[in-house]
Amino acid sequence: MTVLRINGEDHDVDVPPDMPLLWVLRDVIGLTGTKFGCGIAQCGACTVHLAGKPVRSCQLPVSVIGGNEITTIEAIGGTPEGKRVQDAWLALDVVQCGYCQSGQIMSAAALLAQTPQPTDADIDAAMSGNICRCGTYVRIREGIHQAASGRPLGLQVIVDGERP
Amino acid sequence: MSARDREPVDAGRRAALKLTGGGLAVAFLWSAGMGPALANMSARRQASDASAAAADGNPPFAPNAFVRIDGSGPVRLVMPSVEMGQAIYTGICMMLAEELGVGLDQISIEHSPPSDELYGVVLLGGIQATGGSTSTRSQWQVLREAGAVAREMLVRAASLRWKVEAGDCTVARGVITHTPSGRTLPFGAVAEAAGKLSQPEKVTLKARADYTLIGKPIRRVDSPDKVNGSTQFGIDVRVPGMKVAVVRTSPELAGRLGDVDERKARAIPGVVDVIRLDDAVAVVGEHYWAASQGLLALDITWLHGVNENLDNASLLRDLRAKSASGPALVARKATRDTPAAGTRVESEFVSPMLAHAPMEPLNATVHVTPGKCEIWTGSQVPTRCVAEAARICGIPADGVTFHNQYLGGGFGRRLETDQVEQAVAFAKQVAYPLKVIWSREEDIRHDRVRPLYFDRIAATLGADGKPAAWHHRITSGTVLGRWAPGAMGKDGMDSDAIESAADLPYDLDNAQVEWVRHDMPPGLVVGWWRGVGPTHNLFVVESFVDELAHAAGKDPVAYRQSIMKPGSRPRRVLDLAAEHIQWGTPLPPRVGRGIAVGSPFGSHVCLAVEVEVTPQGVVRLRRAVAAIDNGITINPSSVKAQIEGGVLFGLSAAMFSGITIEHGAIQQSNFHDYRILRINEAPAVEVHMVDSDEAPGGIGEVGTAIAAPALANAIFAATGIRLRELPVTRTSLVASKEAEDKVVSTGSGVEDLA
Repeated sequence: MTVLRINGEDHDVDVPPDMPLLWVLRDVIGLTGTKFGCGIAQCGACTVHLAGKPVRSCQLPVSVIGGNEITTIEAIGGTPEGKRVQDAWLALDVVQCGYCQSGQIMSAAALLAQTPQPTDADIDAAMSGNICRCGTYVRIREGIHQAASGRPLGLQVIVDGERP
Repeated sequence: MSARDREPVDAGRRAALKLTGGGLAVAFLWSAGMGPALANMSARRQASDASAAAADGNPPFAPNAFVRIDGSGPVRLVMPSVEMGQAIYTGICMMLAEELGVGLDQISIEHSPPSDELYGVVLLGGIQATGGSTSTRSQWQVLREAGAVAREMLVRAASLRWKVEAGDCTVARGVITHTPSGRTLPFGAVAEAAGKLSQPEKVTLKARADYTLIGKPIRRVDSPDKVNGSTQFGIDVRVPGMKVAVVRTSPELAGRLGDVDERKARAIPGVVDVIRLDDAVAVVGEHYWAASQGLLALDITWLHGVNENLDNASLLRDLRAKSASGPALVARKATRDTPAAGTRVESEFVSPMLAHAPMEPLNATVHVTPGKCEIWTGSQVPTRCVAEAARICGIPADGVTFHNQYLGGGFGRRLETDQVEQAVAFAKQVAYPLKVIWSREEDIRHDRVRPLYFDRIAATLGADGKPAAWHHRITSGTVLGRWAPGAMGKDGMDSDAIESAADLPYDLDNAQVEWVRHDMPPGLVVGWWRGVGPTHNLFVVESFVDELAHAAGKDPVAYRQSIMKPGSRPRRVLDLAAEHIQWGTPLPPRVGRGIAVGSPFGSHVCLAVEVEVTPQGVVRLRRAVAAIDNGITINPSSVKAQIEGGVLFGLSAAMFSGITIEHGAIQQSNFHDYRILRINEAPAVEVHMVDSDEAPGGIGEVGTAIAAPALANAIFAATGIRLRELPVTRTSLVASKEAEDKVVSTGSGVEDLA
């Protein structure tokens, strides 16, 4: 039995030690917000936080995790940076198909935790490991700047029902 | 609102409405020759609605296939199209809700069940399919009318209860108000009564000035769940008792499965089964990891088929030979002979095969039980999935239950059913529900690729520099001929292969456009790829128009303006994009701007791109400025997003993508050798929209279709080198031998250095 601490809860899992965290999350625990995209750490869809740092869970064997806290997309809204990123993503309607966005948001939240006011170069460095096939990069960049600054950038969408 | 402001529509007129604003060739206008004569998507109840409503628990008010109102709870809207990122669920909800009179915060959304009769798309010949940028075009009228039919019945029910004039009642946010008395009733309170009323023959639709939703950048209905990981895509489906299968199909296309030694695989903890098809083997596990480890442990012998010696060089050689030999079908005929005098420009273009690589790898979950088959997947063609599953299981179609899901990207790949067919064929060998997942390697090696194209194009310029004759011959396989053979022209013409080549936005009277069909070998299946025919044709045509401008000694924008009708819609987007990229202002050395314009999918689009090409030949995308006239806009944020993303999708392919074949197998396998544009490589994209009252055009593919020629023309402006074959090859753009040597001498990281 391996004990994994995920989103503030302990999970006992009976899995092979070399099994990547991605498949433990998705197929054993049932946290399917973390996505499979390539299996070789090329696309970033599987990004989670391990002790606050972004990691590609498709390449992370459970045996190396130990007692380190794992945070996934399901709980990132509970962190200040995660909440700000999600709010900016909603205000700008960043998502399209949405499949890569769990990983994008996890990478963006980690960036803001490390670098509260990132430059475009910081964004390039932190986000270039996350592929978006729909090409939402324009809004991802705006979203990170908006989350960092708290100031609206780009076309802000209207939530129906909240209109004046 | 006065009656005069309203747009009256009756049931009989709808069928006669003109549904497209397209040009000479509209690839997806397939009404003739396939399926029912008219698609049956209707604002009013049809025969099939009774069974659809019964399957939905017979809600008290279900006036058509799209609206469900229960006694309490949110208004439920059923989505005729599928959501794969294009924001069509939001557009559908806005069109329905605008006329129904409900807020988007007051609704819940349901994927539609499979039914061509209820959800068939008229522009796709009556098939329930999401593709060809047809959704808004085909639903603009019917969905607003469907909302109005529902509203009218609810209001009538309220007015009958109150014994007042229906005309004295108004509707807003799911509440009916009798204005003179101030009495109100929520929709739920009259749902049952409304469900017993006759349907109105005529309804009136709002005038544009009265819209409260349409035209506003309303937030996507699927955004909240997509930012917290709770959206369920096909790959996320979990069914009790389910096992996971990981597949390997013969790497050689159309090769067969020989012997499989499965002993080592079966020894791996968590491996449950090894199952076979004629051309594939799957290992079933308790989870993906066990199954994938089991697959690696198999000792598989593959049997060669007809493609053992197939490679890219032979494919291209045969394509060129067929282009020369014909026969050529004529899509557009020259009006007079080519003049003997004048500058002659001739070019050849090669466009590569492309994989779709949606971020969600292909998958399907299938449970086959005696006489039944239940499927969970994200598909652009639900009814086709049902038909194929019924065929494979040998059961009637009504024995198949299909649960569509959110799609983690489609781009045309999920217009195919091959992966679902394979999953059903595997699942019927086992008793438990089976989730079949393709690895990324399987996804790319067994894509149904964008066809390889070879083009010869030539023009003779008159004394004024304008084309006095134009001749374009396209040679390719046919997607339409396989996917919808009944939609091919009587003469065998593929309307997709010539779209945006035969219908040019230019004022050219003497143009001949031809298509030569050259089928690919068995197993090399060509498929719809975002932007379809226009993505290829606009690359050729707009690169060539640039060549003509150069030959005539004219500026590329001025040249295009000189051969376009003043005041035309394409002319307007050309001017708009040129203005916003500051066309003609000075640039540093090896920086250039390129422009391309076209009218695909019933819209008009122009893209201007600014690039820098380093001395080592690396292309850096600095800016992209798009101008779009898509007719009336439902949601400007969605239109902008589709152009932003569509342009990047097209630029990504032009910069990096090409599927190649050796020994009958696709050589690329994952994102390390099938590169996708990353955020550090993506330019800023500006989108400028033309305000329009014209019928809506398509939007999901236009940005992609216009990207490659704008890029190629910008590279020409920066370097003087004309790219007539994609993708961009760095080595062809090196400034000098010295620059190349400088790269080589560093030993590594070519792109990092540049």
